[in-house]
Amino acid sequence: MKSRKLTILLVTGIALTAAGCGGDDGDGDSGAGATPGQVSVTVACQPPKTAKEERRLWDEDVVAFEKLHPNIKVVSKDAFPCYEPKTFEAKLAGGQLEDVFYVNFPNVARIIQQGQATDISSYVGALKNGKDLRPDVTNIFKSGGKTYGVPRDGYGMGLVYNRKLFTKAGLDPNNPPKTWAEVREAAKKIAGLGAGYVGFGEYSGGNTGGWHFTASLYGRGGDAVTPDGTKAAFNTDQGKAVLQTLKDMRWTDNSMGTRRSIKWEDLMQQMAGGRMGMMLGAPDVTRDLQDKFRGKIEDFGVTAQPEATAALNGGSGYMFNRKASPEKIKAGLLWLEYQYLTPGKGQFDYPRLKAVGRPVGLPIPDLYGTTPPGQQIAADRKANATVPVENFAPYAAGTANVAAKPEPPLAQEIYAVLDTPMSAVLTRQDADVSKLLSDAEAKVNALLAKS
Amino acid sequence: MAVASPTRPGGKRKPTRFKRNLRRNLSAYGFLSGALICFAFFSWYPIIREFILSFQENNFVDPPVWVGFDNFKTVFEDSAFKPAWVNTVVFTLLALVFGYAIPFLIAIVLNELRHARAYLRFVVYLPVMLPPAVAVLLFKWFYDPGPGLFNQMLGLANLPGLSWLDSTSTALLSLVIVSTWMNLGSGTLIYLAALQTIPSELYEAAELDGAGIIRRIWHVTIPQTKLILAVMLLLQIIATMQVFIEPYLLTGGGPENATVSVVYLMYQYAFNFTNFGAGSALGLMLMLVLMVFSVAYLRISREKNG
Repeated sequence: MKSRKLTILLVTGIALTAAGCGGDDGDGDSGAGATPGQVSVTVACQPPKTAKEERRLWDEDVVAFEKLHPNIKVVSKDAFPCYEPKTFEAKLAGGQLEDVFYVNFPNVARIIQQGQATDISSYVGALKNGKDLRPDVTNIFKSGGKTYGVPRDGYGMGLVYNRKLFTKAGLDPNNPPKTWAEVREAAKKIAGLGAGYVGFGEYSGGNTGGWHFTASLYGRGGDAVTPDGTKAAFNTDQGKAVLQTLKDMRWTDNSMGTRRSIKWEDLMQQMAGGRMGMMLGAPDVTRDLQDKFRGKIEDFGVTAQPEATAALNGGSGYMFNRKASPEKIKAGLLWLEYQYLTPGKGQFDYPRLKAVGRPVGLPIPDLYGTTPPGQQIAADRKANATVPVENFAPYAAGTANVAAKPEPPLAQEIYAVLDTPMSAVLTRQDADVSKLLSDAEAKVNALLAKS
Repeated sequence: MAVASPTRPGGKRKPTRFKRNLRRNLSAYGFLSGALICFAFFSWYPIIREFILSFQENNFVDPPVWVGFDNFKTVFEDSAFKPAWVNTVVFTLLALVFGYAIPFLIAIVLNELRHARAYLRFVVYLPVMLPPAVAVLLFKWFYDPGPGLFNQMLGLANLPGLSWLDSTSTALLSLVIVSTWMNLGSGTLIYLAALQTIPSELYEAAELDGAGIIRRIWHVTIPQTKLILAVMLLLQIIATMQVFIEPYLLTGGGPENATVSVVYLMYQYAFNFTNFGAGSALGLMLMLVLMVFSVAYLRISREKNG
């Protein structure tokens, strides 16, 4: 009898442990909630429970979409952030990746290269406004003539500035800098406001330094790698100018502060705190400054990058799981079209966004340029604007003819290498710009040769 | 010649020794099974998986491709590989100087104190109670070259401020200070516990022989705690060679790779470069190095228990 009890104890222990160690949310992509004949499709990036209004709008859209398409069941997934490199592969390996998964532009090329997304070339023709989408944005999702995804938003890097600080420093916030010389002058005046004021902020670690070096380089007409992607192309006059300008601002003008910024939040906190005058960034930054860092959107303005001939393209979109069936792909595309690509619907339903107090009027997302859907979106946006659109007018005007360029291949590896010259010029007065760039060039060439 | 198994009166077979042992220890096995299964899932399986991954190219969709030692080659040829190992070794050595000696000295002082001992123990242990990320971010403010606490204090003493995390010459040392502060409490308490096991007669005898505090420490304290000192030394090496959170949160590996560590580089491979093969290969290299210290630790522990 005693041994029987012990056996029960043993088995219970094992069962409980297994239950504790394992786990299944029971809400996978196997058709949860779908009725017979319905196609169930799991979709990433439902707003989190903490963003109540956005989540409610999403859920409303799901109901409306399912009413339009009774044969489709949208199963929303709300992992936050929507794309997390630390868990992406684990979700993939564990069969937990959504049928329609979210991805940021910097990660698209790698996912395509590693064969982790499915080719949807034969399905995208069904998108009604597909031909009007900006080619520089859709090209992000193309490789070898095939299409692997659909954009949700897209924007080129510009210059974000604090209008209040501009006024305080005697600068005209309606006439932001158009050249790097003007940026230097403005930064000096802002830094001159007193201790703790930073004229221009820049990153230099955790791969963010390399990212912004590339953005500046593109703005000056340079390139990170050669067109065939086999050699580094940044050891040029443009590359040197990027570093030399920063070095001069840091050590000659003393307008960049003394603190090294290594994470995205570092500059955002300073900008939202009202102590930093300028930084590179796209218009979406102002929304984050308000939503995540308690800044006031009306205090900020955005203009094009100084002297910009091209801009590093940022944004996000959706790709499809390799295991998704053709039916799921078609259903997923219909949802994406409804939610992200149709004027007046989903993310472009500006009257509704205005009604719930979301900022409307930023010149993003710009997916359609000046095509008819683009014009309709711009008109809707203007008619329902809740933010001072004139604060973003310099960006809209300045970027109209600026080509958006994608990130280089092996972007993160190259950014990690380029962190070194960025951190050197911002921490060492005797940094040798030419040597830093030739060292980085040799390292990137070695990286590219291996790939 | 077969030996008939002994039977009980009434014809019942007497259980074998194995069965008797099994029955006697069944409850122990029951309790142990939970830990074993969790270890198997969360420690042993990942180790085996890491070993396999380090020889594979795997996109987690298609069948993995065996690539031999290519991942190791990738890691060896990385320009950050050498600085990562050099920084890790220097960090470990500096952490030994500070993080190993200081807690021992504090423990000796606490052990000698007659008043406010409990209060001081609490104060020393307090940093351990802070989540590491919070402690690290606290130091981010301490190290701020502008309004940071440390430079303010230097200023009060009419000394020039330092760049702390922003200079290649002070960044690594700054991380060592953070690490030492965060782990000071645990080490001190362990040393203190060891010190309190030393029979007081030994100190009394030493005092009668005219030994001062230095000689008492040298001739009584250190010999009596040498095993725990050795164990702590090895544990310290094993822990500090895995330094990650400090460079990740405070320096991003910079400036100019001055604080990139082996585990930080592993993180870069796995989660920023999504090259799990190379990350695993680097992890395997680190594991082999740490295994040497682990074997030494096991030997010393056995000696201590024996």
